[in-house]
Amino acid sequence: MSSEPRHNLNRTVKLLPKSPTGILGLDKITDGGLPLGRPTLICGGAGCGKTLFAMEFIVRGALEFNEPGVFMAFEEKAEELTVNVASLGFDLEQLQADKMIKLDHVYIERSEIEETGEYDLDGIFIRLGHAIDSIGAKRVVLDTIENLFASLSNQAIIRAELRRLFQWLKDKNVTTIITGEKGDGTFTRHGLEEYVSDCVILLDHRVANQISTRLLRIVKYRGSYHGTNEYPFLIDKDGISVLPVTALTLDHEVSTVRVSSGIPSLDRMLGGQGFFKGSSVLVSGTAGTGKTSIAGYFANETCNRGGRCIYFAFEESPKQIIRNMLSIGVTLQQHIDSGLLKFHASRPTLNGLEMHLVSIHKLVEEFKPQTVILDPITNLITVGSVSEVKTMLIRLIDFLQSEQITVMFTALTLNNIVNEQTDEGVSSLVDAWLLVRDIEFNGERNRGMYVMKSRGMKHSNQVREFVISDEGLNLVDVYLGPEGVLTGSAREAQRLQEVTSDVLKDHAITRKDMEINRKRKVLESKIASLKEEFDSVQDELNKSYIEDQLRKSVVDQNREQLTRNRHSGE
Amino acid sequence: MNELPNTSGAKTAIESERFVLRLFVTGASSNSVRAISNIKEICEKYLTDNYSLEIIDVYQQKDIAEKEQIIALPLLIKNFPLPERRFMGDMSDTDRVLKELGLSS
Repeated sequence: MSSEPRHNLNRTVKLLPKSPTGILGLDKITDGGLPLGRPTLICGGAGCGKTLFAMEFIVRGALEFNEPGVFMAFEEKAEELTVNVASLGFDLEQLQADKMIKLDHVYIERSEIEETGEYDLDGIFIRLGHAIDSIGAKRVVLDTIENLFASLSNQAIIRAELRRLFQWLKDKNVTTIITGEKGDGTFTRHGLEEYVSDCVILLDHRVANQISTRLLRIVKYRGSYHGTNEYPFLIDKDGISVLPVTALTLDHEVSTVRVSSGIPSLDRMLGGQGFFKGSSVLVSGTAGTGKTSIAGYFANETCNRGGRCIYFAFEESPKQIIRNMLSIGVTLQQHIDSGLLKFHASRPTLNGLEMHLVSIHKLVEEFKPQTVILDPITNLITVGSVSEVKTMLIRLIDFLQSEQITVMFTALTLNNIVNEQTDEGVSSLVDAWLLVRDIEFNGERNRGMYVMKSRGMKHSNQVREFVISDEGLNLVDVYLGPEGVLTGSAREAQRLQEVTSDVLKDHAITRKDMEINRKRKVLESKIASLKEEFDSVQDELNKSYIEDQLRKSVVDQNREQLTRNRHSGE
Repeated sequence: MNELPNTSGAKTAIESERFVLRLFVTGASSNSVRAISNIKEICEKYLTDNYSLEIIDVYQQKDIAEKEQIIALPLLIKNFPLPERRFMGDMSDTDRVLKELGLSS
């Protein structure tokens, strides 16, 4: 009961209402959008995307949130703007005809104008007010109002009027974006941030190692929680996408569902079922050990199950991979045709790491795959340092795991020693690490595969020979002989040798059996002769016994006869 | 036509050309009121009858602000004689107004 009033108190707390920008990712960072009914300052150097940012805010507002907007341009003419943003698929003419957007180009020609005393900027107020009222605008952009400073000489008036303008816009309850050119050591050349104190967003365009990255940072957002990092953003045919880079927590869902790697014998090494769904798998190995083939198999398997897969190729073109996979009996083309597999091939040097991350994000969100493959991550090193690549991959893994997407990286290791770390230092991040390694022996080079780690499942500790043939990939047991691990033809020779010795053994066994038979026969014949002997002895003995009896009876008869004869003679 | 209003400062440059002036103001704000009286005074003094002055209240015709590229007010536009010139402010800087109108020496 006592908590009741408190609860009510909480409910009455009013959060700052926000106006969603519709710009991919930005609303996530700002926790809902720009402050509703207040001005926001977007500042940055030339060519950092201020105007586009502002324009997208207006257009998305009109298209997605049904909020009409006024775009007051101090730099570009309305027609120029229309053409410039047409490349992003924004049809400003149509939107203007629909009364969803109003473009107003404010043009000041310094040489035509004379200042002859006190004045104010009521003209702007009236124009803007009229534009807002005519379409019922909820959003306003002033791009770049600082141009006034170049056109008019009385700075005191401009400053006073700007202060009044922003207050007036607040009173009008329109969400406003003001753009400003970045000055030396200040956010804007003329200190606009002084007037716009609610929200300041800084755009930057940085070039490092000849590779450019666009970055966005929320410098200030009064009354709201917001991300404070520099977030990379991308301008492409769909406009701006901002990437909320790092999830701060590690509380994503985990799955116990297993997915096959596509290679049954590899699955057997992984407790018989393959990887966990949503886990990260690293396949590393020296050049030419079949990393891409493993990745291709995995992609193929995903698509065979009816899942979607994006294959980011940083080294080979999709056509090349398809051709090469065909040689080991995997037809990826059918999955591309059915729309389950998507290749995205680009050179790592195409853009900065962050940009790669943004484009991966974007594609993943669009395509909603179950599996993502990056082949290989090694090349990313060319556009960033090891630690940068590592952070990027952490973010990527974070993101993919939160979406329950299984990811497979391939990485090239440069030497043949089994390192504790891969070059990118990601081995500690991944859930499963397969190492493919050359085994040079007996004048030939063979591939051995280990499961270095596989979190949360029983996995084989054995080295398997990794065989790539026309039929596909297979893992066979290596032969562990007195000379160590035998692979390839040595293993084959060993196998043949074993067959030979089996035959010999069989032969030996047959011979022994015959011997025993023979012995048995000898024994049996001996037994028979002894028995015969016994029988004859027995007969002999019986014969004498009967003779004795006969003799005895004859004697008895004779005696009786004699006796009778004597009696009769008396 | 063209009797020249040979008043003191105004020299011959004006000749046959009639001045077409438009003054944009915002209601009865102090700047506007000052501008109206100042320009009227200048016109009366230097152009006498050789001018037409139209005073427009932008509040009454809001769309004119965009059409005429109005930013600062009060604004005086000299449409004729060419070249077109714009003057903003309350016209209290008489010398400057005269010079730019081509009326001062």
